[in-house]
Parts: sequence; structure tokens; C-alpha cells
Amino acid sequence: MLTVADLTKRFDAAPVLDGFSFTLPRNGFTVLIGPSGCGKTTLFDVLTGVVPKDAGSIHWNGEALPHLGNVAAYMQQKDLLLPWLTLAENALLPARLRRREDLAPARRRVAALFARLGLAGFEHHRPATVSGGMRQRCALVRTLMFDRELTLLDEPLSALDAITRRSLQSLLLMLQRDFQRTLLMITHDVEEALLLADRVLVVTGAPMRVIQELVLTAPKPRRPGEPALVALKESVLARLEAELGHVAA
Amino acid sequence: MSRLNILVLLIIVALLGLWELACRSLDLPPYILPPPSRVAWVAVARSLVIGPHALATALEIVAGIALALAVAVPLAVAMFARPVLERALAPFLVASQAVPVFALAPLLVVWLGYGMASKVLMAAVIIFFPITVSLLAGFQSCDRDLRILFRLMGSGFWGALRLLYWPWALPQFFAGLKVGVSVATIGAVIGEWVGAQQGLGYLMIQANARLQVDLVFAVILWLSLMGLGLWALVGWIERRVVTWR
Repeated sequence: MLTVADLTKRFDAAPVLDGFSFTLPRNGFTVLIGPSGCGKTTLFDVLTGVVPKDAGSIHWNGEALPHLGNVAAYMQQKDLLLPWLTLAENALLPARLRRREDLAPARRRVAALFARLGLAGFEHHRPATVSGGMRQRCALVRTLMFDRELTLLDEPLSALDAITRRSLQSLLLMLQRDFQRTLLMITHDVEEALLLADRVLVVTGAPMRVIQELVLTAPKPRRPGEPALVALKESVLARLEAELGHVAA
Repeated sequence: MSRLNILVLLIIVALLGLWELACRSLDLPPYILPPPSRVAWVAVARSLVIGPHALATALEIVAGIALALAVAVPLAVAMFARPVLERALAPFLVASQAVPVFALAPLLVVWLGYGMASKVLMAAVIIFFPITVSLLAGFQSCDRDLRILFRLMGSGFWGALRLLYWPWALPQFFAGLKVGVSVATIGAVIGEWVGAQQGLGYLMIQANARLQVDLVFAVILWLSLMGLGLWALVGWIERRVVTWR
């Protein structure tokens, strides 16, 4: 379980995070949704240790940590595949960078994951020669190869077309279900949040704060047109619009 | 052949034609300005004389490039790994280029003698700066998100250097190397002018003293071709190494 308490980060005295707290249950899929500029990316930067926090505490499975850089896998909007490596070599990177590791089992695992994610036969292709969806699936394999239970997803699907996005959403659900990952995802897409999450935190800034928390118990996979989801989507959008209107006023 | 190449060829032919025409119509003596046809003829006819000197200069240049790479690559890596080192060394690097090579050449000949070493060092002094600066800029231009990803994958500096920074910086490294090899002949030839027993610079000085201006031009032609050849060789290697662009 992840427990973040009183997290504070200021840039030039302007607080982006000011005592922000939340918890993440193990093997849960939590989605943070909010407007641009509300501090979601700063939250991930602080959580991963890219930017030092000013105050607050982070506990992962009861252990106090300065950041999650050594315990969390990370996937973001850009696939961040190295163009000079093949897809398989890209996926193998986490294992290669963990020194003194026998790479043979890691190679077999990459091959199995490629087969499972529909990338079999493309192991030796360079990223530039495959589609955006395939690149993002390869990035997903690389994320799995981190071998870390906690996974932070920073708008991983926002650059994809609708069809590819739908297929990748299924893979994210598989990630949670079959690989027992604890997922924290940022997205701007309310529908995507409602389709994937067990829990949705609707946030605004600045400083960032939770204005609505939704616990979703409907079984997955969910259908985008389900009346309950559509109603929930409208309510979240209305809440965000009201909040933004309030801020603007 | 592309339209650009045809245009370049046409410009060269036009300039050479004008030069040839000027020499013939003004009846200029060859010891003042030989026509390009005579220069080309001398460059071929006296290749047995020019060849050994060209080989000596080529060896100096290649050794200069090797020495420059041996200094520039570790230096760029060290400055990238320790930014404080970059700030400390930057004034010295700039100063090394601000001093005219003509001023350094006599000193190097005094210290290292009339042999190959002084010319190799002259060439290396000229070449190492563009390589160092380009490679360092290449390392520093690495995508922030990729750096973060490598950090989160638990990569140390050397792992990231091998798998991320070095391949990322390769295009800029080759750009610097191309600049370096293009001007490498300058260092070697200046070294040979100041004091040498062989080399194209030495041959130019000898020919100039005898008013063999056509031979001077022929040597310049050989030098130009050597520079172009090196540039093309680096481009060829680049295309085989940087295969993902």
C-alpha cells in the first residue's frame, strides 16, 4: 500500500502541492484526473524523485522512502523507445541496467510478453519501423520488465488514436489483473478514467487538492456507453467545470 | 546525380573555365598564375614526387585525429559527468583555440623536433576542440524524459553513457569530427612550413622558393582532395554507425 501524506512542493514560493495526501491500495487501479496545470505531473516528478519534495512523507508497504524512484515502474505519454535499439532490446533495458543479472531468463520473458501483447515477429524491428500502438505496447513490456509492483502511468495513452487506445486500455487492465500491479495513472480523459479505475481522484490546482473521490465497483471490462458511466462522466465534467468556473471567477 | 550536385559541378566548371580563360587571354606566365589545366597536369605528372610527401602528411593527419579523439572523448565525458569540470576547463579550451596555430607551430617544433610528432600535435590541437564541444553538446542535449526513465530503471552513469548518452550524441560527434578532419590539414601543413623534412607543407615551401607555382597549386589540389576524402570517409562511417536516422 502506498501512503502519501502532507506532500508539499513550491516553485518560487508558489505552492503546486501543499499538504497533498492520498493512499493507494495494493493491486488497485487509481486514476488522477484534473485540468492541465493543476500539478499532476509535478506530483509524479516528486513521487519519482525527479524533483525533491519540500515536505511530506511517502510510505510504500509501511517503509518510509524519500521517493519511489527505486520501487516504482514508470510509463508516460511518449513511448521513450531508443531508436538505435530493436523493440526487444528496448524492452530488455531494465534487466540490462540491473547489473550482474543473467539476461537469458529476461530475454525469455520479453519473448513471452511480446507474444502476449501481439508483438511476436517484431522483436528485431527498430521503433521507427512500427506503428505508434506497437511502440506503446513495447513501452508497456519495458514497464513490466521493471519488475516492480507499483506502476506510475503519466498519460500513457493520450497520444494514440481511438482504436489503438481502446486496445491499450485492455492491456492496462490485464497488467493489473494478471500481473498484480498497483497502478496510479494520470489522464485528462474522464471516460478513460471511469473505464479503467477502481478509484478516481478528481483534482484541481493550484495547489493541487482532491475535489471528488469516486469508488467504482462495476466489473471490468466496462463499456463506454453504459448509462451509469455516462451519467458519472457528466457529473465529473460538471464538477470540474464548476470548479474551474469558480477559480476563474 | 541530384540537381544540387549538378549545380555544384556546373559552378566548379564555370570557375575553372574563367580561370583558364583569364590565364590564356592575359598570357599570364605560369610562375605567376598557372591555368587549371596545367595544375591538373602537374598534379598527375608529378604524383611520384607529391605522393610520398602526401603520405607523410596523411599519416600526420590520421595520427592527429587519433590523438585528438583520445583526448576529446574522455574530456567530453568527464565534463558531462562533472559539470564543475566543464566550468573550470571551458576558459582553457577557448584559450587553446584563441591562440593562432602559427604562434604555436615554432614552439612545438622547438620542443618536439622536426619529425612527425610536432605536426601530429599541431593537427590534434586544431581537431580536438570541435570534437570535444560537439560531443559535450550532444550529451547535454539528451532528452530529459529519457534521462528520467534511465534513472528510474536504476541506471548508473556508465550504463546510461553506454546505452543512452553515447548513441544519442553520435550524430553531433560526427558533425564535430567532420569539422575537425576538414581543418586537420591546416595544422599539419603549418607544422611542416615551420620546420620539416617531408610532407606537402614542406614540398610547398620548396616549390615556392623555386617559383614552381604550378607545383604549389598541385600540392594545394592534393591537400584539398585529402580533406574531401577524409570528410567523405567520416560521412561514410557515420552512415554505417548512425543507422537509425
